[in-house]
Order: sequence, then structure tokens, then C-alpha cells
Amino acid sequence: MSLGLSGLKKSIWVYHVACSPCNNCDIEILDLLTPRFDVERFGIVLVGSVRHADALLVTGMVNRQVKPRLQELYLQAAKPCVVFAIGSCAVSGNFFRRSYNMAGPVDRAIKEVDPNAIIVYVPGCPPKPEAMISGVVKAIGFLDNLKAKK
Amino acid sequence: MAFFYYLIFPGFAFAAIVGLLTAWFDRKVTARVQWRKGPPWYQNFADVAKLLIKEVPVPETANKGIFLLAPAVALSASAMAAAMLGAANINWDYTFTGDLLVLWYILALPSIMIILGASASGNPLSSVGASREMNQFVGYELPLVIAMATVVFKVGSVGLGDILRFQAENGPILYSASGIIACIVAILCLQAKLGLVPFDIPEAETELGAGTFMEYSGAALGAFKLTKAILLYTSPIFIITLFWGGIQVKGLGILWAILKYVLFIALFTLIRNTNPRLRIDQAVRFFWVNMTILALIALVLMSLGY
Repeated sequence: MSLGLSGLKKSIWVYHVACSPCNNCDIEILDLLTPRFDVERFGIVLVGSVRHADALLVTGMVNRQVKPRLQELYLQAAKPCVVFAIGSCAVSGNFFRRSYNMAGPVDRAIKEVDPNAIIVYVPGCPPKPEAMISGVVKAIGFLDNLKAKK
Repeated sequence: MAFFYYLIFPGFAFAAIVGLLTAWFDRKVTARVQWRKGPPWYQNFADVAKLLIKEVPVPETANKGIFLLAPAVALSASAMAAAMLGAANINWDYTFTGDLLVLWYILALPSIMIILGASASGNPLSSVGASREMNQFVGYELPLVIAMATVVFKVGSVGLGDILRFQAENGPILYSASGIIACIVAILCLQAKLGLVPFDIPEAETELGAGTFMEYSGAALGAFKLTKAILLYTSPIFIITLFWGGIQVKGLGILWAILKYVLFIALFTLIRNTNPRLRIDQAVRFFWVNMTILALIALVLMSLGY
């Protein structure tokens, strides 16, 4: 079990879920894969299928149309799976929070289907790639706590 | 002894470790080509260890038995291929008549299992991937068989041991015009068998998600990753055995063997990094027209004695 957990810390496969974003956060996520930041040296790889994902990178405010799809995607992912709310819109709704089509920020939408979901918040509009790497480091620290408890 | 060969030394355990290290080499060279730093050496081991603790959700529309059996059969078939090639290289007499043909069938099994598993998963994108894999499979097997026939007719035997003994006595088959052409054909066919980039049409990430592997996760996906790693180890050994005198484990021969192995891996990686993905019809045309004609030229040159 602990071997698998230490493996998980060294190899986080991420799946990119764009929930009606303005694309700024998405561009910053793609920055992470470029030679300048190159997150593959930490084993972080962008995968094409949600079944392979260890982390969902969710960007954008979650509107009514996209909310059931986000919940379905979370249920389809193989657990353990961490959710990253990337950008102010995903964290809190930002200035869309009183909008008519707002269906709750990411954490509320995810916790409707799984109250125990692990959610990492990366605020910023858009957050810097360094901020996202710091978020990943904190998520890894959380996994360490998980191991210590067992 | 057979179980030791199959499970430990040239077979499963050894091939898996060397295969995962080779897959790391492939990723590292790719990263350096793209001006990145690349993952550490234990990256692929961490990936597989992680996949073992993940959940394995089976889709509702899937045929459960075939869906979960396919990765297991693919893994055992690839380990068997590695064991047969390794055993033939260690001891030329530890073979049987016609084991090259058996090896060819066993090397075909992982592709067939990928097709079966993908079609059993009930996902439309997976089934598109399965149909592409099948087309590509039909495409590359024909030139591969003709390239193998060049070697078989030259040696006059279908045994791996006889092929190795012939090359030890008369020099490697690669050192002749027909040998070079047949070797090039075999390299490109194995590139397609491994699903590396110009021929990664079935699992094209940008159009099909992960294509054939889309519904797989956890240990089942880990089995497929191990299968790919073992095949990545087996393919260069297969080419070296057929065309370049095999692997000698005595004295300095081991260094020469490692050099040959790394050379072929670097060749696979560079082909993968310098080519864009083909469309499926382009790939099938490439194999059935260009590669088949090239392989037939090799066969004719061989029969003329070149």
C-alpha cells in the first residue's frame, strides 16, 4: 500500500476539465508542460482519458449546463483522485458568483456527489504556473498525512 | 528450468525491469530532443506501482470477462516472447523446430488482445481505436513476414537456434544488401507493433482520448503498460537475433550486445520524435505498397545471392 502511495506521489497524471473558463487558466496549465517548467520531471503527465487520471484540473466557473458533466467526470475517474480548482472562478466564482447561470463553484459541485473529495484550491486570475506547482506540492503533503494516519 | 526461464531470468521479471528502464530511456531522450529535462530513472516503476493501487471501474456496457482477461493474456504473451528469445540467445540448442513461427504468433497476441479488450469496453472511441489497430495490424504483418522469410530462406531453417548458428559461422545477415533492406522493413514494422509515434494511430491522444486504452484504469492499465514495456525490450532483441548475430553473453560480447540494443532503442526513439502521426489509410498504404515492395526487393536480392 505504501509502495503504491509513494508511487502516486511520484506520478500524478492530470486530466484537464474546462468548465466554461475564459481560457487564461488553460493557457497557464499548458505553460506547465513547456520546456520552461517541464512538470514531466516530477512525473506529472497530461492524459487523454479521465479513467487514467489521478487529478482533475478544473478551470472556470461551473455553469448549469456543465455541472452534471463535471460530476459525471468525477464519478468516472478511478479513485484515489484529487480535484484541483484552478483560478479564482473555480475557487469562488469570482465576479460570476451572482450570475444567473452560476451553479456553484467547483468544490460545491464536487461535494454534492462525494462529500469526502480532496479539493486543492489554487487562486489567481490566472494563477502563475509556480502557484500550481505549489498546489501540487501541498496535495502531495496531504497524501503524506494520509499515509501517517494509517 | 522452463518456469525459471519464463518467470525470472530472460522472461517476465528481467524483461519487465529492463523494459521499464528502456521506456525511461525513451522518455528521457524524447525530453532532451524537445529541450526539456525529462523524468528521473524510476519514473516508469512509480507509474506501474501507482496503477496497482488504483480502483478498476468496469463500464456498464462492457463485457466484463473479456475486458479484464485481455490485459492478463497480453502480459503473459509478451513475457513468453521475451523468454523464448532470451532462452534461444543463451543456449542455441534450447529451441525447437519452427520456434520463429511460434514467436511470430506470440508477438501478434498482444495486438489482438488490445483489439479484443478495446471492443469489449463498449466505448465508441475505443471501438474506433480497435478498428484502427486491426487495420494497422493487417498492414504491418505482411511486410514483416516477407522480411522474416528473407532470413529464413537464406538460413534454410525456421529455428532461432539455426539462425543464430548460421550467423556465427557466416557473419551476420545485416552485412549484405538484402539483409540491410529487410532489417529496415522489420524496424518500421516493429515501430508499428509497438505503437510508437508515426504509427500510434489507434491510441491517438489528440483525437481519440487514449483510444484503445480509454476505459482501462488501475491494474488493468498497468498490465498493458508492462506489456508495452516488455515489447519495447523484446523488439530490438528480435531484430538483433534475426539480423545481427544475436546476443552473446560471454566476455566482451555483453558490451557489444548492450551497444547494439541501445542503438536500436535510439533508432526507435528518433523515428518517433521526428515524425508526425500518419492517418490510418496512409499507414496501411505505406505498409502494403512501399514496405511490401521493399521487402520483396530484399527477397529477390537474397535469392540472387546478394
